[in-house]
Amino acid sequence: MSSSVVSQTLDPSKCKQLDQFIDQLPSKKGELIAVLHKAQEIFGYLPKEVQQHIAKRLEVPVAKVYGVVSFYSFFSMEPKGEHPISICMGTACYVRGAEKVLNEFKKELNLEVGETTPDGKFSLLSLRCVGACGLAPVVMVGEKVYGRVTPEMVKDILKEYQ
Amino acid sequence: MPNITLTIDGKRVEVPKGTTILEAAKKIGLFIPTLCHLDLHDIKMVNQTASCRICVVEIEGNRRLMPACATPVQEGMKVRTNSVRVLNARKTVMELILSDHPKDCLICSKSGECELQDLAEILGIREVRITGRSQSVYKKDYSPSIIRNMDKCIMCRRCETMCNDVQTVGALSGINRGFDAVVATAFEVPLEESVCTHCGQCVAVCPVGALAEKDNVWAVVEALADPDKVVVVQTAPAVRVALGEEFGYEPGTIVTGKMVAALRRLGFDYVFDTDFAADLTIMEEASEVLDRLQRYLSGDTTVPLPILTSCCPAWVNFIESQFPELLDIPSSAKSPQQMFGSIAKSYYAEKLGIPREKMVVISVMPCLAKKQEASREEFQVDGNPDVDLSISTRELAHLIKQANLDLRELQEEEFDYPLGMSTGAGVIFGTTGGVIEAATRTAYEWLTGRELETIDFEQLRGMDGIRVATVPIDDFELNIGIAHGLGNARALLEEIEAGNPRNLHAIEIMACPGGCIGGGGQPYHHGNIEILKKRAAAIYKEDRNKPIRKSHENPAIQELYETYLGKPMGEKAHALLHTTYSEKQKV
Repeated sequence: MSSSVVSQTLDPSKCKQLDQFIDQLPSKKGELIAVLHKAQEIFGYLPKEVQQHIAKRLEVPVAKVYGVVSFYSFFSMEPKGEHPISICMGTACYVRGAEKVLNEFKKELNLEVGETTPDGKFSLLSLRCVGACGLAPVVMVGEKVYGRVTPEMVKDILKEYQ
Repeated sequence: MPNITLTIDGKRVEVPKGTTILEAAKKIGLFIPTLCHLDLHDIKMVNQTASCRICVVEIEGNRRLMPACATPVQEGMKVRTNSVRVLNARKTVMELILSDHPKDCLICSKSGECELQDLAEILGIREVRITGRSQSVYKKDYSPSIIRNMDKCIMCRRCETMCNDVQTVGALSGINRGFDAVVATAFEVPLEESVCTHCGQCVAVCPVGALAEKDNVWAVVEALADPDKVVVVQTAPAVRVALGEEFGYEPGTIVTGKMVAALRRLGFDYVFDTDFAADLTIMEEASEVLDRLQRYLSGDTTVPLPILTSCCPAWVNFIESQFPELLDIPSSAKSPQQMFGSIAKSYYAEKLGIPREKMVVISVMPCLAKKQEASREEFQVDGNPDVDLSISTRELAHLIKQANLDLRELQEEEFDYPLGMSTGAGVIFGTTGGVIEAATRTAYEWLTGRELETIDFEQLRGMDGIRVATVPIDDFELNIGIAHGLGNARALLEEIEAGNPRNLHAIEIMACPGGCIGGGGQPYHHGNIEILKKRAAAIYKEDRNKPIRKSHENPAIQELYETYLGKPMGEKAHALLHTTYSEKQKV
């Protein structure tokens, strides 16, 4: 791989874990998304090296893997913070003011979407519909769901994790 | 398979099950406009993404309009291809595409060849009512061969299908989503750092100006205008059977003599022929084949077999990045383009009594990978390249037109001697199977010491993607493999890796479907693959018309060895005409 791409080597034990998952698949065909999910669970994110490893193991072009990773907002090529904050920008949340909530998080954390705070504590993400439209606008911090969020609530939410 | 009857625009048509509405309509003379769709059945490429929605039609009882290219026919179906609703939708779709497409058609590299431009004309689009966000954010990606201008991409995905399904290179994929969606390399690295082989087949199928060749026309004009330079040109075999298309000739017209006349009028000091270098390639490659075979037959089991041809630079790029473990089997002979450059700047420059720096070697190639090949460091002497500039068949046509010349008006002329002297064996390099046939003609006579009774090896010809044939040479059976298109090459290489079960001794590989006649630098075929067959027929016709048809009988080649090179594969020949390969790690 060209020097611009390989910037680090993969943790062998995490690699082994991923390989075990791939090996137990009945077929390698059509499993790219499942493997990417697993890889993100193991590594926390999907750096280039992980994508290249997956491409090799599944015998698909790296460009295809990157195509899928860049298509789904769930997949991230940046390491996430300890507390990943996801703001739902699906239609229901959007019309009920999700953008204002997102802007408040941006302001409070001094982050753009996709970035992580220097201390590694928070990362900011936007996603499409978590399936809780009745609670719109919805924010997730890690696995915890907050409903009917207003910009005024942002500070208090963050305080829980300080 | 059972047939299905349907009506399209009131006309009944019966077609086999599985036929698309588009194909069924074509059968009764209705040509539904398409944009993303591309069906090159003969080379197993079908781009059926149905992403553009230009071909929508109305089906009775169906609420939604359906894309004709991807909707199979059903019994009793009633289709309307030109109702007001259809025409309105088609225009709207077109306007939506155009709303996010640059309007610099006048200066676009695909101007006059653009399928989007043609379609806008056919649909009578005179204004684009839709305004809004327009994507104009992608950085142009420059490589020595191909330039990607993704602002012009309409996401038809043809390049992706070609790169992945036909060529199995896997350099390109659709990335991101919505407005940001674009076709790109992995991690959006420059094409040069990707596994791209520079074959240019993506350019050959791109309907718009998103993918184009690096245009060297002006650099050639400047070289020609420099009084201190001796400018030498070489023309590849496949150029002479395709250049005419750019001047209104029927595909398959041979314009060799007129092309030579045009090049002379353009001011090239010497008009030479890559076919000469093709003959030279055969001298080296056939010697290598014989050397390896003789060692093999005398019981040496370490001989790397099968021997693979090495004329095609995209193919060399492919094996260097994707099959590095097989790098000991290709012939070490340089490609004809590079052999020509090497001999022109040594032998011929010495003959003229000029230093190599004073000579400019221009090549006219059916190929885009040749541009990249010419830029490789192995093919330079103290920073001076053996081939200074490579232009495609299309670029030569532009150059001729810019000089106010018309091929039709020119009288035929002959190439200059000696590097313009060639045989029929050199010409057939231009089509799939040609290189190995040329090598076989020479190897046969060298091995047996007898003259061939039939020069034509019909069993090596044709358009099947992978062909295998056995040529008896006395009591030895030479097993030959041929692959064109990199997907077929991959299949054959995997067979070699699996132990070479068919015991192949020699394999010819060409990256482009059809060989060089279908190269990425040829006049656009716009989906009409019949054109390739006509070009191939013209190549064999040119071969038959040659007084000499075997490379080793070329008097200029004989003179070159006698007075300069010594023996094939000898010390000097090795230094000037052979190269090495190394693993290239690409993304």
